[in-house]
Amino acid sequence: MSRRIVITGLGPVTAFGVGIDPLWEAMIEGRSAIRRIEQFDAGGFECTVAAELPRDAFDVRKVVPRSYRKATKVMCRDTELAVAAAAEAMTDAGLGGGLNGDESRAIDSRRLGCHIGAGLICADVDELCEALWTSRNEAGEFDLKHWGDNGMNNLTPLWLLKYLPNMLACHVTIIHECRGPSNTITCCEASSGLSIGESMRVIERNAADACLSGGIESKVNPLSILRQGFASRLAPTTLEEDPASVVRPFDPAACGTVIGEGGGIVVVEAAEVASERGAEPYAEITGFASTQSYCADTMGVEPGPDDDGIADAMELALERAEAKPGDIDAIAPLGSGIPAVDRAEAAAIKSVFGRRAAEVPLITTVPNTGNCNAGAGAVSVAVAVQALRTQTLPARINTAPVDGLDAGARPSCSASLGRILVTQTSQGGQNVAMVLQKVDLA
Amino acid sequence: MTPRVVVTGMGWITPLGHDLETVWTKLVNGESGVRPIVRFDASTFPTSFAAEVRDYDFRKYVRNPAMHEGAAMNTQFALGAARQAWDQSGLGSYDALDPRRIGMYLGAGEGVLDFAAYASVAMKTWDPDAGRVDTVAWAREAAATMDRRGEIGQEPNMPLSHLAREFGIRGPACNCLTACAASTQAIGEAVDILRRGDADVMISGGTHTMIHVLGVTGFIRLTALSRQGGDCTRAARPFDRRRSGFVMGEGAGMVVLETLEHAEKRGAVPLAEIVGYGSSADAFRITDMHPQGLGPAAAIIDALNQAGLDPHALGEDGRPLVHYISAHGTGTQENDSVETLAIKHVFGANARRIPISSIKSMMGHLIAAAGAVELITCILAIRHKTLPPTVNLDSPDPELDLDYVPNVARKAEIEVCLSDSFGFGGQNDTLVVRKI
Repeated sequence: MSRRIVITGLGPVTAFGVGIDPLWEAMIEGRSAIRRIEQFDAGGFECTVAAELPRDAFDVRKVVPRSYRKATKVMCRDTELAVAAAAEAMTDAGLGGGLNGDESRAIDSRRLGCHIGAGLICADVDELCEALWTSRNEAGEFDLKHWGDNGMNNLTPLWLLKYLPNMLACHVTIIHECRGPSNTITCCEASSGLSIGESMRVIERNAADACLSGGIESKVNPLSILRQGFASRLAPTTLEEDPASVVRPFDPAACGTVIGEGGGIVVVEAAEVASERGAEPYAEITGFASTQSYCADTMGVEPGPDDDGIADAMELALERAEAKPGDIDAIAPLGSGIPAVDRAEAAAIKSVFGRRAAEVPLITTVPNTGNCNAGAGAVSVAVAVQALRTQTLPARINTAPVDGLDAGARPSCSASLGRILVTQTSQGGQNVAMVLQKVDLA
Repeated sequence: MTPRVVVTGMGWITPLGHDLETVWTKLVNGESGVRPIVRFDASTFPTSFAAEVRDYDFRKYVRNPAMHEGAAMNTQFALGAARQAWDQSGLGSYDALDPRRIGMYLGAGEGVLDFAAYASVAMKTWDPDAGRVDTVAWAREAAATMDRRGEIGQEPNMPLSHLAREFGIRGPACNCLTACAASTQAIGEAVDILRRGDADVMISGGTHTMIHVLGVTGFIRLTALSRQGGDCTRAARPFDRRRSGFVMGEGAGMVVLETLEHAEKRGAVPLAEIVGYGSSADAFRITDMHPQGLGPAAAIIDALNQAGLDPHALGEDGRPLVHYISAHGTGTQENDSVETLAIKHVFGANARRIPISSIKSMMGHLIAAAGAVELITCILAIRHKTLPPTVNLDSPDPELDLDYVPNVARKAEIEVCLSDSFGFGGQNDTLVVRKI
């Protein structure tokens, strides 16, 4: 008999702030956090906007236990965001603040796992270039011999450790004493969903009772923006345009996505363990599936127009949830505003839901929070869980009415929501789908 | 009843060669793949040697090289290793193959930054007076200098996309990157996916290179690399008293895993069975392992439990139930001491009776790919009834008193092997593989 899996804690971190409240409030009001990039002058790029979490939104030194403050020096931005998200999720789940904080924690360390989706983390451009600059020759060119001989000593000894993708989980497992299975999933926008799927498997095979799970990323840095631009993912922007209106998922006039900082961590837990410790489950995850699309473009990054990988993932997740398309009350796709990806997602929804596709409301988050890449799925999951808890559909913004899909802009409204299908598709073609179900659904 | 999972194909691209048998022969002969670095001018670096993959052309391994043109080196390694595994498995000629029931779970590292271009852009855009990069100039220079394909290809999930294209794979797909534990963890999770029935076949393993300017720089700054002077083939010396760090390697190891039922149905020959997997986190420090090795021990115990093997028992032949341990064995002071403690902690009095070796002494540390290559080595050891040696072990460390198969390969009947991988950041993963 397979264990039932529930979500008992939410820790989204988005440009709106830390925790579900600021995110949900913005989603209800239909606000976007996308602005001109402030962390550096992005005027040289085609896309000059992003959804950034203000640097003063939280102080990482205050998020970690006092005895761990020194370690914050070797945290990159992605790790800081993950540490804040994990603390929020653990607190929200009633599992305490971490690092020897709570001796009476209801879940033993060896039974607590951690699966965090992360991206390809870029070294801080100022930090690295300043060090490289010391190794220029008389002609002003970089001199590798000088670098090897002495220049590299201008990098702090732990430099490499700041930027390994598994450092998010490394710090989180230390702070919260997670000694169960821990993994770092690196599949772009599918990372959060795959992490949650892995947490489910780990709990079902009884290798853990609960897991911190999700994903976090910040691609708001020059090299990542360059790469996203090279991959034709980002919307070109003009100075006249309102940044908040740039991302228009599924709109025929959609022209690309915008990067957002963040993602989130949720506590995924065996239902019987949650019940024993008296935790209130927010939602049940009843079905999960992942598939691989055939990416027909020359770089292998986007699903082809005839590819049915996304539809396969949706159908498998429904089957495992013992649900039919008619049982789904809302769908939370990636909805990135990247035309090729929007088309693939729209085709999949139409193929699975048939004529009903036009009646199932879509929940879009990228116009509000930006595309958080490895964290994108965690934002969708947090919003979908909150929609189930409050029986409310969040507002949708920017998109004009779309033929055959319920995707156009509209205010939030109350709705009877029993099951929400969350799906993500990544740059590179990994797809995930999961069915979130209201806990007391008859 | 939980399905049994077997290996039906294996392949690797390593510093010692590009096919199973050539590399195996070199391992048994104790040959080293470590040489001075040729990929970039490392002559002034404190460590200027590594085990590089040489004379490799991925085009020989793929149906249509144009489909993979511009792929990063890790993807190129993955394609060659997966092709060998795929061909050995015979899946290519199985007509009833359902692409939706074939999945992938890789522990692939990231691609390689075009360092020369990056450094040249840095020289042009660093503003020494402001103490920061002029990002507007940087955006312009970088767009003009850096290679579009090369940059896009660096996300660690790109090998998945290329393998999917090459082999028509459509099932569950995932990539994990837990540093040096990644491919062992990937194989363990792939086995779990098969046991659940979410797929019939999984391609799994790892691929990685960090032999590039910033990779080598990063490990030198961490003081993780051997800086031994003189003959560089002697620099990787796991479990030796004079060990001073690891030697970087690169490459890929891939296996085809499938349920025994699926393998039998199509008449495939299983090479070995994966019977145990354990995974744990140290949750101790970002730079150090737990001094008693509690994390690694927990992973080993879980893997043995899953395999139904009692570490303290003796078999009918009077030997412990595990016949060989492929060590993580990096050659750092810390790893080799902690790993030895963990093995003693788990196996007690049996620890001294189990031969242990580290092939990193010969092919360097393949980082994310290391675990897959070491699992393949275990399976070859079972098939060839031979244990590969730990070379350069000529001054024993009095604290490390287990049987590390020093310097010379050894004939042995082995049926059950354990393969350990421990990653920077505290992930510990162990697989148990059994003769079939």
